Amino acid sequence: MIPALSVEDLTVKYRNGPGPVTAVREVSLEIQPGEVHGLVGESGSGKTTLALAVMRHLPEQAVITSGSIRVDGQELIGLSPERLRPIWGSQIAMVPQDPLSALNPTLRIGKQLSERFEALSRSDARDKAIELLEMVQIADPARVARSYPHQISGGMQQRVMIAMALSAEPKLLILDEPTTGLDSTTEAVVLDLIRELMRARQTATLYVSHSLGVIAQFADRLTVLYASELVEHGSKMDLFENPLHPYTCGLLDSVPRLGENKREIQLRSIEGRIPSLEDLPSACVFAPRCPVVIDICQETRPALEGAGATRQVRCYRWEETRAGEIDPRQPPAPPPLERPTIAETALQIENLEVRYDQPRSLAEWLRRSPRQSVRAVDNVRLTIRKGETLGLVGESGSGKTSLAQAVVGLVDSAEGRVELFGAELPTQIKHRDRETLSRLQMVMQNPDEALNPYLTVGQSLSRPLALLRGIHSEEEVRRLLEGVRLPPEYADRYPAQLSAGEKQRVAIARAFAAMPGLVLLDEPVSSLDVSVQASILNLLNRLQTEHGTSLLLISHDISVVGYMSETVGVLYLGQLMELAPSENLFDPPYHPYTEALLSAIPLLDPKATQERVRLRGGIPSSLEPPSGCPFHTRCPRFIGDICIEQTPPWQEDKTGKRIFCHIPVSDLRREQGQVFAMRKRE
Amino acid sequence: MPRYVLRRLGFLLLTLLLTSSIIFAITQVLPGDVARVILGREAGEAALNSLREELGLNDPLPVQYLRWLGNFVQGDWGESFSTRTEVRPLVQQRLGNSLMLAAVTLGIAVPVGIALGVIAGLNENTWVDSVVNVSALSVVGLPEFVTGILLIEIFAFRLGFFPANSSIRPGTNFVEALPMLILPALTASLVLLGYISRMTRVGVIGEISKPYVRTARLKGLSRWSVTYRHVLRNALMPTITVIAISFGWLISGLIVVENVYNYPGLGRLMLFAIDRRDLPLLQAVAMLAVLAFAFANLAADLFYAYLNPKIRLQ
Ligand code: SF4
Ligand code: SF4
Repeated sequence: MIPALSVEDLTVKYRNGPGPVTAVREVSLEIQPGEVHGLVGESGSGKTTLALAVMRHLPEQAVITSGSIRVDGQELIGLSPERLRPIWGSQIAMVPQDPLSALNPTLRIGKQLSERFEALSRSDARDKAIELLEMVQIADPARVARSYPHQISGGMQQRVMIAMALSAEPKLLILDEPTTGLDSTTEAVVLDLIRELMRARQTATLYVSHSLGVIAQFADRLTVLYASELVEHGSKMDLFENPLHPYTCGLLDSVPRLGENKREIQLRSIEGRIPSLEDLPSACVFAPRCPVVIDICQETRPALEGAGATRQVRCYRWEETRAGEIDPRQPPAPPPLERPTIAETALQIENLEVRYDQPRSLAEWLRRSPRQSVRAVDNVRLTIRKGETLGLVGESGSGKTSLAQAVVGLVDSAEGRVELFGAELPTQIKHRDRETLSRLQMVMQNPDEALNPYLTVGQSLSRPLALLRGIHSEEEVRRLLEGVRLPPEYADRYPAQLSAGEKQRVAIARAFAAMPGLVLLDEPVSSLDVSVQASILNLLNRLQTEHGTSLLLISHDISVVGYMSETVGVLYLGQLMELAPSENLFDPPYHPYTEALLSAIPLLDPKATQERVRLRGGIPSSLEPPSGCPFHTRCPRFIGDICIEQTPPWQEDKTGKRIFCHIPVSDLRREQGQVFAMRKRE
Repeated sequence: MPRYVLRRLGFLLLTLLLTSSIIFAITQVLPGDVARVILGREAGEAALNSLREELGLNDPLPVQYLRWLGNFVQGDWGESFSTRTEVRPLVQQRLGNSLMLAAVTLGIAVPVGIALGVIAGLNENTWVDSVVNVSALSVVGLPEFVTGILLIEIFAFRLGFFPANSSIRPGTNFVEALPMLILPALTASLVLLGYISRMTRVGVIGEISKPYVRTARLKGLSRWSVTYRHVLRNALMPTITVIAISFGWLISGLIVVENVYNYPGLGRLMLFAIDRRDLPLLQAVAMLAVLAFAFANLAADLFYAYLNPKIRLQ
């Protein structure tokens, strides 16, 4: 059989900067018709470059210096753009990461779908577009065909891209992180669709992703890239069950799995940083971070060796790993110190409501019509005890960021009461005194925005020390750096000289510099690479136990929230749906929305089982929130008019879980099974 | 879209109101006593006073302004101080001339400028791009009287294709006037070409690296379809604004070109009015200039909205 894709010894270099930089080094892979091949890697691994090279659509500065790329037997290297054009139109197609920017904002969807079929008449082209939209299960295809990209939701946009890619009937489909920008419940629906279409069509697929969960659920085979190098390659089962390369092991260990909690499992983080392509280690690229590195690893580059008929690995010690003679895994973080539980309340939020006023137009202003406002947070009450973590999980529009901003005092107006260690917090940060400011600190998602690029790390850290604690000492700065495991010489560096993970460490050090009682963490790891996430999570846990700090953690990732927290709140359209102790979060009864969330997460275990609960439609606009239960427009367990007309009650079950729903908890427990089952890891 | 149009129209009216009051105010603070300008140096105080009374010059300023605006809207633009004739026919005739010249200029500058910009943008950082850029910039840098004189020397004197003097008579129609319009239009085009092509180039470069263009290319569309159907529509949006502003300039700011070619357009009329302290004439020309700018901008906004569904479907 001719493989749908065969890449041999492909090397791609970038010519920008002083010398050529290798982005993909001698990579080979093969995809058979009907097979889904996962390509996993972090930033700088070369996965995107590889995907673009296969499309023969690399940026101008990138050159393929050697190797061969054959699609359905035809060599692509050396073809001119004119010769490539018919191949793009029919043999290979790609679904990119961000569908909105991949669609032309000024052309109707139908036109963009059908323009490839140049011979069709106007009405045939319209029918074709509608047929394609039906294929990707869009409910109202005629309307969508007439729409412009910005008028439809992200999930729909991605379906349009899928339809567009498949309309070419390609031999090879490249999916480049196709669901990364989507909310998890939407992602689940789109993934279902992709899976169904691929089963039906048997199209060979290269699935590029940083998410191991998606790969575990999707791929037949997979290739792991690290710092331009193919490090391991094999069937999904082999790689997930018995990873042979220390990096693969590390990657699998460095994200919390759904259902795990810090009390039971310590994450094994890969220490160190991902090497930059400008200065790759000369021999084994993983040597600086490898727990089982030996002398030869730093001298000669290991070869890609066959470890079975369909499996390859690039490591000197894979046989020892397979025989169980060495443990290539990273050491686990030490378990947290036992600390006595203190009943003191750190943060108490009562009936918080945050509204944002919509701007009025000139005409409205003249007519003196009242301002429209959006309710971003509604009726939220929660409590964080001293030394504990409360996690809030929610999709876009859930109000999680507004809630965080209300707590740190960055909203204009908020109703309700927020108390920090028993003292009421003024709504706006400018009314808060210095002591309050030092007791409440925040770490943001993107450390680039949080750190001043013109200040050295030392300067960034000494400012809160001087301002909030009156300390002027380099000794203290060094201690802070040591606390986040950064060497003291980092005090003289500028943010631009640090990796993303290191910047986040500095941001965390700065937050803890003020000796806060409560630290607010807004998606602290979601902009970081997988292998760096675990070390940041471990760091936060350690600092928390050392200082007895309370954490308010906000994230879209229910696995991370469940892992880090003592209590988890689930937010939907600005309201809490459920508030559960994390040990009970993953067991029934669930709030119907939580049930859907848990069922939407691609599990990191190819043998896991999972219920399929899918939500219809998109999240309603917060300008016109649904009446009664805010979830009623999408709820799979909707029980009738009561959900539309009446605000649900808060019910508590005997484990202390609180659910905001009209269905009695006893009924929920009876009807709901365990949403997912996954093997525990030790 | 209807709401958008209404909003734009509202803004247009507000702008006109504001600028008309500014024009009125400025003509008031210009030095010189109107009555004395009209009656001459020897006039006695009594005659001056009665003329002031007759012209309403003794009324409070807001009253004068409203009266002036009301008259202007109704088409009564007053009598010129210097020619002692109705302002309106004179100004209208000059406006007609300016419009003809603007049409020919834009007819040359817009297609050529856009074409050059697209070619440069598609070939960013290659020799093609450099050639287009350098020549566009060097032409923009030359003052209009230099290019004008050069063009006259070549096309009028040496080759004899077009007349050197474009002083068309009142009432000449477009077809008759066309040969005389070519040289001034070319001169003005040379100024605009640079702006239009640079703006288009930036637009094209900005769009061409966007992911949707990659999508279009990976659909297997030809280079032409990708450029024409996908890139251009988005890339031209900033250019539209430049064209609108150019139109305003062509109507009332073309003083140098009009002078070089002796062309009777609004620009020269304005100069004349300033020279003679001819207030009614100056006000009328200035108002027309503002109107031209405002309407060109309105047209640009509407066209922009037509191209951009995010605005159109608000
Ligand atoms: S070759 Fe050596 S350093 Fe590289 S992964 Fe294997 S054991 Fe670790
Ligand atoms: S109240 Fe009704 S709509 Fe809301 S979650 Fe419960 S069953 Fe669903």
